Amino acid sequence: MEVVIIKYNAGNVQSVQYALDRLGVRAVWSDDPATIRGADRVIFPGVGAAKPAMAYLKAAGLDDVIRGLKQPVLGICLGLQLFCTHSEEGDTDCMGILPNSVRKFVPCGGQKVPHMGWNTLTTRSGLLFEGVASDAYFYFVHSYYATEGASTVGSTDYLLPFSAALAWDNFYAVQFHPEKSGAVGQRVLQNFLFG
Amino acid sequence: MLAKRIIPCLDIKNGQTVKGIQFEQLRFAGDPVVLAELYARQGADELVLLDITATVEARNTFADLILRTAKVLDIPFTVGGGIDSIAAVEALLRAGADKVSINSAALKRPELINELAQEFGNQCIVVAIDANVEVDGQWYAYLNGGRIATDRKVIDWAIEAAERGAGEILLTSMAQDGTKDGFALELTRAVSEAITIPLIASGGAGTMHHFADVFVQGGADAALAASVFHFGEIKIPALKHFLNAHGIPVRQNQ
Repeated sequence: MEVVIIKYNAGNVQSVQYALDRLGVRAVWSDDPATIRGADRVIFPGVGAAKPAMAYLKAAGLDDVIRGLKQPVLGICLGLQLFCTHSEEGDTDCMGILPNSVRKFVPCGGQKVPHMGWNTLTTRSGLLFEGVASDAYFYFVHSYYATEGASTVGSTDYLLPFSAALAWDNFYAVQFHPEKSGAVGQRVLQNFLFG
Repeated sequence: MLAKRIIPCLDIKNGQTVKGIQFEQLRFAGDPVVLAELYARQGADELVLLDITATVEARNTFADLILRTAKVLDIPFTVGGGIDSIAAVEALLRAGADKVSINSAALKRPELINELAQEFGNQCIVVAIDANVEVDGQWYAYLNGGRIATDRKVIDWAIEAAERGAGEILLTSMAQDGTKDGFALELTRAVSEAITIPLIASGGAGTMHHFADVFVQGGADAALAASVFHFGEIKIPALKHFLNAHGIPVRQNQ
Protein backbone atom coordinates (compact mmCIF):
# COMPACT_ATOMS: atom_id res chain seq x y z
CA MET A 1 0.00 0.00 0.00
CA GLU A 2 1.22 3.48 -0.94
CA VAL A 3 0.44 6.08 1.72
CA VAL A 4 1.26 9.74 1.15
CA ILE A 5 1.37 12.37 3.88
CA ILE A 6 0.86 15.80 2.33
CA LYS A 7 3.83 18.10 2.76
CA TYR A 8 3.00 21.73 3.53
CA ASN A 9 3.83 24.45 6.04
CA ALA A 10 1.65 23.17 8.91
CA GLY A 11 2.20 19.45 8.60
CA ASN A 12 2.80 17.79 11.95
CA VAL A 13 4.41 14.93 10.10
CA GLN A 14 6.77 13.32 12.56
CA SER A 15 4.33 11.78 15.01
CA VAL A 16 1.96 10.64 12.24
CA GLN A 17 4.86 9.00 10.43
CA TYR A 18 6.00 7.25 13.64
CA ALA A 19 2.44 6.00 14.26
CA LEU A 20 2.34 4.55 10.74
CA ASP A 21 5.77 2.98 11.31
CA ARG A 22 4.37 1.26 14.39
CA LEU A 23 1.62 -0.18 12.15
CA GLY A 24 4.26 -1.40 9.72
CA VAL A 25 3.13 1.07 7.04
CA ARG A 26 5.70 3.10 5.14
CA ALA A 27 4.50 6.56 4.19
CA VAL A 28 5.91 9.06 1.73
CA TRP A 29 5.97 12.75 2.64
CA SER A 30 5.22 14.65 -0.56
CA ASP A 31 3.85 17.82 -2.13
CA ASP A 32 4.08 16.43 -5.67
CA PRO A 33 0.57 16.33 -7.24
CA ALA A 34 1.25 13.14 -9.23
CA THR A 35 2.59 11.32 -6.17
CA ILE A 36 -0.39 12.44 -4.07
CA ARG A 37 -2.92 11.48 -6.78
CA GLY A 38 -1.28 8.08 -7.22
CA ALA A 39 -1.43 7.09 -3.54
CA ASP A 40 -3.80 4.45 -2.15
CA ARG A 41 -4.37 6.53 0.97
CA VAL A 42 -3.64 10.21 1.65
CA ILE A 43 -3.17 11.72 5.10
CA PHE A 44 -3.43 15.46 5.67
CA PRO A 45 -2.23 16.27 9.21
CA GLY A 46 -1.76 19.74 10.58
CA VAL A 47 -0.79 21.82 13.56
CA GLY A 48 -0.71 25.60 13.44
CA ALA A 49 -2.81 28.45 12.14
CA ALA A 50 -5.44 28.21 9.37
CA LYS A 51 -4.59 31.37 7.43
CA PRO A 52 -0.91 30.78 6.57
CA ALA A 53 -1.66 27.11 5.93
CA MET A 54 -4.44 27.92 3.40
CA ALA A 55 -2.29 30.60 1.76
CA TYR A 56 0.52 28.09 1.32
CA LEU A 57 -1.77 25.37 -0.07
CA LYS A 58 -3.35 27.78 -2.57
CA ALA A 59 -0.02 29.15 -3.74
CA ALA A 60 1.22 25.59 -4.31
CA GLY A 61 -2.04 24.56 -6.03
CA LEU A 62 -2.42 21.81 -3.44
CA ASP A 63 -5.97 22.86 -2.49
CA ASP A 64 -7.20 21.84 -5.96
CA VAL A 65 -5.16 18.64 -5.85
CA ILE A 66 -6.70 17.67 -2.48
CA ARG A 67 -10.24 18.61 -3.56
CA GLY A 68 -9.92 16.39 -6.62
CA LEU A 69 -8.71 13.26 -4.81
CA LYS A 70 -10.78 10.11 -5.27
CA GLN A 71 -9.04 7.71 -2.87
CA PRO A 72 -9.66 7.77 0.91
CA VAL A 73 -8.20 10.93 2.47
CA LEU A 74 -7.82 11.55 6.23
CA GLY A 75 -7.50 15.07 7.67
CA ILE A 76 -6.21 15.38 11.23
CA CYS A 77 -6.73 18.38 13.57
CA LEU A 78 -5.99 21.52 11.49
CA GLY A 79 -6.35 19.19 8.48
CA LEU A 80 -10.01 18.64 9.45
CA GLN A 81 -10.57 22.39 9.83
CA LEU A 82 -9.02 23.16 6.43
CA PHE A 83 -11.48 20.71 4.79
CA CYS A 84 -14.36 22.91 6.05
CA THR A 85 -15.87 25.95 4.32
CA HIS A 86 -14.56 28.76 6.47
CA SER A 87 -12.60 29.27 9.70
CA GLU A 88 -12.95 32.08 12.21
CA GLU A 89 -9.21 31.71 12.75
CA GLY A 90 -7.87 34.63 10.74
CA ASP A 91 -11.25 34.83 8.89
CA THR A 92 -10.00 32.20 6.44
CA ASP A 93 -11.81 30.65 3.49
CA CYS A 94 -10.92 26.95 3.57
CA MET A 95 -11.23 24.15 0.99
CA GLY A 96 -14.97 23.63 1.23
CA ILE A 97 -14.74 19.86 0.89
CA LEU A 98 -16.93 19.45 3.97
CA PRO A 99 -19.98 21.69 4.53
CA ASN A 100 -19.09 22.55 8.17
CA SER A 101 -17.60 25.80 9.39
CA VAL A 102 -14.92 26.37 12.03
CA ARG A 103 -15.41 28.58 15.10
CA LYS A 104 -13.42 29.63 18.13
CA PHE A 105 -14.09 28.14 21.56
CA VAL A 106 -14.97 30.74 24.18
CA PRO A 107 -13.83 29.63 27.67
CA CYS A 108 -16.70 29.52 30.15
CA GLY A 109 -17.56 28.20 33.59
CA GLY A 110 -14.09 26.91 34.42
CA GLN A 111 -13.78 25.02 31.13
CA LYS A 112 -10.43 26.00 29.66
CA VAL A 113 -9.31 26.75 26.12
CA PRO A 114 -7.44 25.09 24.42
CA HIS A 115 -9.60 21.98 24.78
CA MET A 116 -6.60 19.91 25.83
CA GLY A 117 -6.46 16.32 26.90
CA TRP A 118 -8.44 13.09 26.63
CA ASN A 119 -12.13 13.18 25.86
CA THR A 120 -14.83 10.74 24.79
CA LEU A 121 -17.22 10.97 21.85
CA THR A 122 -20.92 11.20 22.69
CA THR A 123 -22.04 9.74 19.37
CA ARG A 124 -20.12 8.21 16.53
CA SER A 125 -20.60 5.84 13.63
CA GLY A 126 -18.97 4.48 10.52
CA LEU A 127 -15.74 3.01 9.30
CA LEU A 128 -13.29 4.96 11.45
CA PHE A 129 -14.74 3.70 14.73
CA GLU A 130 -15.20 0.01 13.95
CA GLY A 131 -13.95 -2.08 16.86
CA VAL A 132 -13.49 0.96 19.12
CA ALA A 133 -15.24 0.85 22.52
CA SER A 134 -18.05 3.42 22.86
CA ASP A 135 -16.43 4.97 25.96
CA ALA A 136 -12.94 5.22 24.42
CA TYR A 137 -10.91 8.36 25.06
CA PHE A 138 -9.06 10.31 22.36
CA TYR A 139 -6.41 13.00 22.72
CA PHE A 140 -7.51 16.50 21.68
CA VAL A 141 -5.67 19.81 21.61
CA HIS A 142 -7.39 22.68 19.80
CA SER A 143 -8.90 26.14 20.29
CA TYR A 144 -11.16 26.07 17.21
CA TYR A 145 -13.85 23.50 16.41
CA ALA A 146 -15.92 22.39 13.43
CA THR A 147 -19.69 22.80 13.76
CA GLU A 148 -21.99 19.79 13.57
CA GLY A 149 -23.75 18.90 10.34
CA ALA A 150 -24.73 16.15 7.93
CA SER A 151 -21.12 15.03 7.56
CA THR A 152 -20.56 14.62 11.32
CA VAL A 153 -19.81 11.00 12.23
CA GLY A 154 -18.50 11.69 15.74
CA SER A 155 -19.47 14.37 18.28
CA THR A 156 -17.79 15.53 21.43
CA ASP A 157 -19.31 17.83 24.01
CA TYR A 158 -16.90 20.43 25.35
CA LEU A 159 -18.33 23.89 26.00
CA LEU A 160 -20.79 22.83 23.27
CA PRO A 161 -21.26 19.82 20.97
CA PHE A 162 -18.82 19.90 18.04
CA SER A 163 -17.62 17.61 15.25
CA ALA A 164 -14.89 15.29 16.51
CA ALA A 165 -15.03 13.27 13.30
CA LEU A 166 -16.38 13.96 9.83
CA ALA A 167 -16.89 11.82 6.73
CA TRP A 168 -18.09 12.82 3.27
CA ASP A 169 -17.63 10.59 0.21
CA ASN A 170 -13.95 9.58 0.27
CA PHE A 171 -12.97 12.28 2.77
CA TYR A 172 -12.54 11.51 6.46
CA ALA A 173 -11.40 13.89 9.17
CA VAL A 174 -10.78 13.78 12.91
CA GLN A 175 -10.26 16.66 15.32
CA PHE A 176 -8.43 14.44 17.84
CA HIS A 177 -4.94 13.07 17.26
CA PRO A 178 -5.17 9.34 16.48
CA GLU A 179 -1.36 9.20 16.37
CA LYS A 180 -1.29 10.27 20.04
CA SER A 181 -4.38 8.45 21.28
CA GLY A 182 -2.81 5.16 22.33
CA ALA A 183 -4.30 1.87 21.18
CA VAL A 184 -7.71 3.34 20.24
CA GLY A 185 -6.04 5.91 18.02
CA GLN A 186 -4.03 3.18 16.37
CA ARG A 187 -7.28 1.34 15.66
CA VAL A 188 -8.77 4.44 13.99
CA LEU A 189 -5.70 4.72 11.75
CA GLN A 190 -5.93 1.02 10.93
CA ASN A 191 -9.61 1.39 10.06
CA PHE A 192 -8.80 4.25 7.72
CA LEU A 193 -5.87 2.46 6.08
CA PHE A 194 -7.28 -1.04 5.75
CA GLY A 195 -11.06 -0.64 6.29
CA MET B 1 -16.30 14.39 29.49
CA LEU B 2 -12.79 15.81 29.42
CA ALA B 3 -10.64 13.62 31.65
CA LYS B 4 -8.31 14.89 34.36
CA ARG B 5 -4.76 13.97 33.33
CA ILE B 6 -2.14 12.03 35.28
CA ILE B 7 1.39 12.96 34.20
CA PRO B 8 4.54 11.16 35.41
CA CYS B 9 7.71 13.26 35.13
CA LEU B 10 11.12 11.77 34.33
CA ASP B 11 14.28 13.64 35.31
CA ILE B 12 16.98 12.97 32.73
CA LYS B 13 20.68 13.49 33.21
CA ASN B 14 23.15 12.64 30.45
CA GLY B 15 20.46 10.64 28.68
CA GLN B 16 19.63 8.49 31.73
CA THR B 17 16.82 8.69 34.26
CA VAL B 18 18.20 9.88 37.55
CA LYS B 19 17.34 8.63 41.00
CA GLY B 20 17.10 4.90 41.29
CA ILE B 21 13.70 4.11 39.94
CA GLN B 22 11.76 1.24 41.36
CA PHE B 23 9.09 0.24 38.94
CA GLU B 24 7.15 -3.00 39.09
CA GLN B 25 10.02 -4.77 40.84
CA LEU B 26 12.34 -3.65 38.07
CA ARG B 27 15.10 -1.21 38.78
CA PHE B 28 15.89 1.23 36.01
CA ALA B 29 19.23 2.84 36.32
CA GLY B 30 18.94 3.46 32.67
CA ASP B 31 16.96 4.06 29.59
CA PRO B 32 14.14 6.61 29.94
CA VAL B 33 12.55 5.33 26.73
CA VAL B 34 11.79 1.95 28.32
CA LEU B 35 10.28 3.64 31.36
CA ALA B 36 8.26 6.07 29.22
CA GLU B 37 6.73 3.18 27.29
CA LEU B 38 5.87 1.33 30.50
CA TYR B 39 4.11 4.39 31.92
CA ALA B 40 2.16 4.79 28.70
CA ARG B 41 1.04 1.17 28.86
CA GLN B 42 -0.03 1.62 32.48
CA GLY B 43 -2.35 4.46 31.50
CA ALA B 44 -0.32 7.66 31.95
CA ASP B 45 -2.11 10.39 30.00
CA GLU B 46 1.02 12.33 29.10
CA LEU B 47 4.66 12.37 30.12
CA VAL B 48 7.12 15.12 30.93
CA LEU B 49 10.81 14.57 30.24
CA LEU B 50 12.97 17.07 32.04
CA ASP B 51 16.61 17.56 31.06
CA ILE B 52 18.47 18.44 34.24
CA THR B 53 21.88 18.74 32.59
CA ALA B 54 23.26 21.89 31.07
CA THR B 55 26.20 21.02 28.83
CA VAL B 56 25.93 21.16 25.04
CA GLU B 57 26.95 17.50 24.70
CA ALA B 58 24.21 16.45 27.10
CA ARG B 59 21.72 18.52 25.07
CA ASN B 60 22.54 16.51 21.97
CA THR B 61 22.12 13.28 23.90
CA PHE B 62 18.75 14.60 25.08
CA ALA B 63 17.60 15.42 21.52
CA ASP B 64 18.51 11.88 20.48
CA LEU B 65 16.55 10.54 23.43
CA ILE B 66 13.50 12.59 22.38
CA LEU B 67 13.70 11.10 18.90
CA ARG B 68 13.78 7.56 20.28
CA THR B 69 10.93 8.33 22.69
CA ALA B 70 8.75 9.82 19.93
CA LYS B 71 9.16 6.69 17.83
CA VAL B 72 7.74 4.38 20.48
CA LEU B 73 5.35 6.58 22.47
CA ASP B 74 1.70 6.78 21.36
CA ILE B 75 0.67 9.40 23.94
CA PRO B 76 1.74 13.08 24.04
CA PHE B 77 4.88 14.18 25.82
CA THR B 78 6.40 17.48 26.91
CA VAL B 79 10.11 18.21 27.18
CA GLY B 80 11.72 20.83 29.33
CA GLY B 81 14.96 21.98 30.89
CA GLY B 82 17.07 24.95 29.88
CA ILE B 83 15.05 25.78 26.76
CA ASP B 84 15.72 29.41 25.84
CA SER B 85 15.35 29.95 22.08
CA ILE B 86 13.28 29.30 18.96
CA ALA B 87 16.11 27.11 17.65
CA ALA B 88 16.08 24.93 20.77
CA VAL B 89 12.31 24.47 20.56
CA GLU B 90 12.47 23.71 16.85
CA ALA B 91 15.05 20.96 17.38
CA LEU B 92 12.95 19.30 20.10
CA LEU B 93 9.67 19.52 18.17
CA ARG B 94 11.38 18.23 15.05
CA ALA B 95 12.65 15.29 17.07
CA GLY B 96 9.03 14.51 17.88
CA ALA B 97 8.18 16.22 21.18
CA ASP B 98 4.56 17.40 21.33
CA LYS B 99 5.12 20.35 23.67
CA VAL B 100 7.98 22.19 25.29
CA SER B 101 8.10 23.63 28.76
CA ILE B 102 9.93 26.91 29.40
CA ASN B 103 10.68 28.41 32.78
CA SER B 104 13.70 30.61 33.61
CA ALA B 105 14.15 31.90 30.06
CA ALA B 106 10.55 33.16 30.05
CA LEU B 107 11.02 34.95 33.38
CA LYS B 108 14.21 36.58 32.12
CA ARG B 109 12.65 37.59 28.80
CA PRO B 110 8.84 37.23 28.72
CA GLU B 111 8.69 38.11 24.98
CA LEU B 112 10.06 34.62 24.35
CA ILE B 113 6.57 33.25 25.08
CA ASN B 114 5.06 35.45 22.34
CA GLU B 115 7.79 34.47 19.89
CA LEU B 116 7.42 30.74 20.53
CA ALA B 117 3.60 30.84 20.42
CA GLN B 118 3.73 32.78 17.16
CA GLU B 119 6.22 30.37 15.61
CA PHE B 120 4.88 27.02 16.84
CA GLY B 121 1.32 27.67 18.09
CA ASN B 122 0.00 28.11 21.64
CA GLN B 123 -0.82 24.45 22.02
CA CYS B 124 2.79 23.36 22.32
CA ILE B 125 4.07 26.06 24.69
CA VAL B 126 3.89 25.17 28.38
CA VAL B 127 5.07 27.82 30.83
CA ALA B 128 6.41 26.22 34.00
CA ILE B 129 6.31 28.25 37.22
CA ASP B 130 8.29 27.28 40.32
CA ALA B 131 6.42 28.93 43.20
CA ASN B 132 7.37 29.60 46.79
CA VAL B 133 5.99 31.66 49.67
CA GLU B 134 7.94 34.70 50.82
CA VAL B 135 7.92 36.30 54.26
CA ASP B 136 5.10 38.60 53.13
CA GLY B 137 2.90 35.52 52.77
CA GLN B 138 2.68 35.88 48.98
CA TRP B 139 3.67 33.32 46.33
CA TYR B 140 6.51 34.35 43.99
CA ALA B 141 8.03 32.75 40.88
CA TYR B 142 11.59 31.42 41.18
CA LEU B 143 14.38 31.13 38.63
CA ASN B 144 17.02 28.50 37.88
CA GLY B 145 15.36 25.43 39.31
CA GLY B 146 14.07 27.31 42.33
CA ARG B 147 17.41 28.80 43.38
CA ILE B 148 16.74 32.47 42.67
CA ALA B 149 13.70 34.44 43.80
CA THR B 150 12.07 37.02 41.52
CA ASP B 151 9.68 39.85 42.31
CA ARG B 152 6.97 38.35 40.12
CA LYS B 153 3.87 37.19 41.96
CA VAL B 154 2.77 33.75 40.74
CA ILE B 155 -0.82 34.67 39.83
CA ASP B 156 0.23 37.81 37.92
CA TRP B 157 2.92 35.85 36.09
CA ALA B 158 0.50 33.03 35.18
CA ILE B 159 -1.99 35.57 33.77
CA GLU B 160 0.77 37.33 31.81
CA ALA B 161 2.13 34.02 30.44
CA ALA B 162 -1.37 33.06 29.26
CA GLU B 163 -1.89 36.48 27.64
CA ARG B 164 1.47 36.18 25.88
CA GLY B 165 0.39 32.88 24.31
CA ALA B 166 1.14 30.00 26.67
CA GLY B 167 -1.15 27.03 25.98
CA GLU B 168 -0.82 25.63 29.47
CA ILE B 169 0.71 26.42 32.89
CA LEU B 170 2.75 23.88 34.88
CA LEU B 171 2.69 25.08 38.48
CA THR B 172 5.13 23.57 40.97
CA SER B 173 4.89 24.45 44.63
CA MET B 174 8.47 24.37 45.92
CA ALA B 175 7.21 24.40 49.50
CA GLN B 176 5.42 21.11 48.86
CA ASP B 177 7.85 19.50 46.41
CA GLY B 178 9.26 16.26 47.79
CA THR B 179 7.27 16.46 51.03
CA LYS B 180 4.51 14.02 50.00
CA ASP B 181 2.20 16.17 52.15
CA GLY B 182 -0.16 16.98 49.31
CA PHE B 183 -0.38 19.65 46.61
CA ALA B 184 -0.62 23.38 47.40
CA LEU B 185 -4.40 23.46 47.06
CA GLU B 186 -5.12 27.13 47.73
CA LEU B 187 -2.41 28.32 45.37
CA THR B 188 -3.52 25.84 42.69
CA ARG B 189 -7.15 26.94 43.01
CA ALA B 190 -6.21 30.63 42.88
CA VAL B 191 -4.07 30.22 39.73
CA SER B 192 -6.56 27.91 38.01
CA GLU B 193 -9.39 30.42 38.54
CA ALA B 194 -7.25 33.32 37.35
CA ILE B 195 -6.48 31.81 33.93
CA THR B 196 -8.56 30.34 31.12
CA ILE B 197 -5.87 27.91 29.89
CA PRO B 198 -5.31 24.46 31.42
CA LEU B 199 -3.28 24.13 34.64
CA ILE B 200 -1.01 21.23 35.58
CA ALA B 201 -0.35 21.04 39.34
CA SER B 202 2.94 19.65 40.62
CA GLY B 203 4.72 19.16 43.92
CA GLY B 204 3.66 17.28 47.03
CA ALA B 205 1.86 14.17 45.75
CA GLY B 206 2.06 11.45 48.37
CA THR B 207 -1.26 9.61 48.39
CA MET B 208 -4.14 8.97 46.02
CA HIS B 209 -6.28 11.33 48.11
CA HIS B 210 -3.83 14.13 47.27
CA PHE B 211 -4.61 13.68 43.58
CA ALA B 212 -8.36 13.76 44.25
CA ASP B 213 -7.89 16.91 46.35
CA VAL B 214 -5.91 18.77 43.70
CA PHE B 215 -8.58 18.08 41.08
CA VAL B 216 -11.62 18.80 43.27
CA GLN B 217 -10.37 21.46 45.69
CA GLY B 218 -7.43 22.74 43.65
CA GLY B 219 -9.32 22.92 40.34
CA ALA B 220 -6.31 21.51 38.46
CA ASP B 221 -6.77 20.10 34.96
CA ALA B 222 -3.83 17.72 35.31
CA ALA B 223 -1.52 16.51 38.08
CA LEU B 224 2.18 15.77 37.72
CA ALA B 225 4.32 13.65 40.02
CA ALA B 226 7.61 11.81 39.93
CA SER B 227 8.80 9.78 42.90
CA VAL B 228 5.44 8.29 43.96
CA PHE B 229 5.25 6.71 40.53
CA HIS B 230 8.93 5.87 40.13
CA PHE B 231 9.09 4.04 43.45
CA GLY B 232 5.83 2.23 42.86
CA GLU B 233 4.16 3.84 45.88
CA ILE B 234 1.22 4.74 43.68
CA LYS B 235 0.39 2.67 40.62
CA ILE B 236 -1.35 4.51 37.80
CA PRO B 237 -4.13 1.93 37.18
CA ALA B 238 -4.99 1.90 40.90
CA LEU B 239 -4.91 5.72 41.00
CA LYS B 240 -7.24 5.97 38.01
CA HIS B 241 -9.59 3.46 39.63
CA PHE B 242 -9.56 5.44 42.88
CA LEU B 243 -10.26 8.75 41.14
CA ASN B 244 -13.04 7.22 39.08
CA ALA B 245 -14.64 5.83 42.26
CA HIS B 246 -14.53 9.36 43.67
CA GLY B 247 -16.46 10.72 40.69
CA ILE B 248 -13.45 12.33 39.00
CA PRO B 249 -13.40 11.75 35.24
CA VAL B 250 -10.23 9.93 34.20
CA ARG B 251 -9.27 7.88 31.18
CA GLN B 252 -9.24 4.21 32.08
CA ASN B 253 -6.60 2.29 30.20
CA GLN B 254 -7.92 0.72 27.01
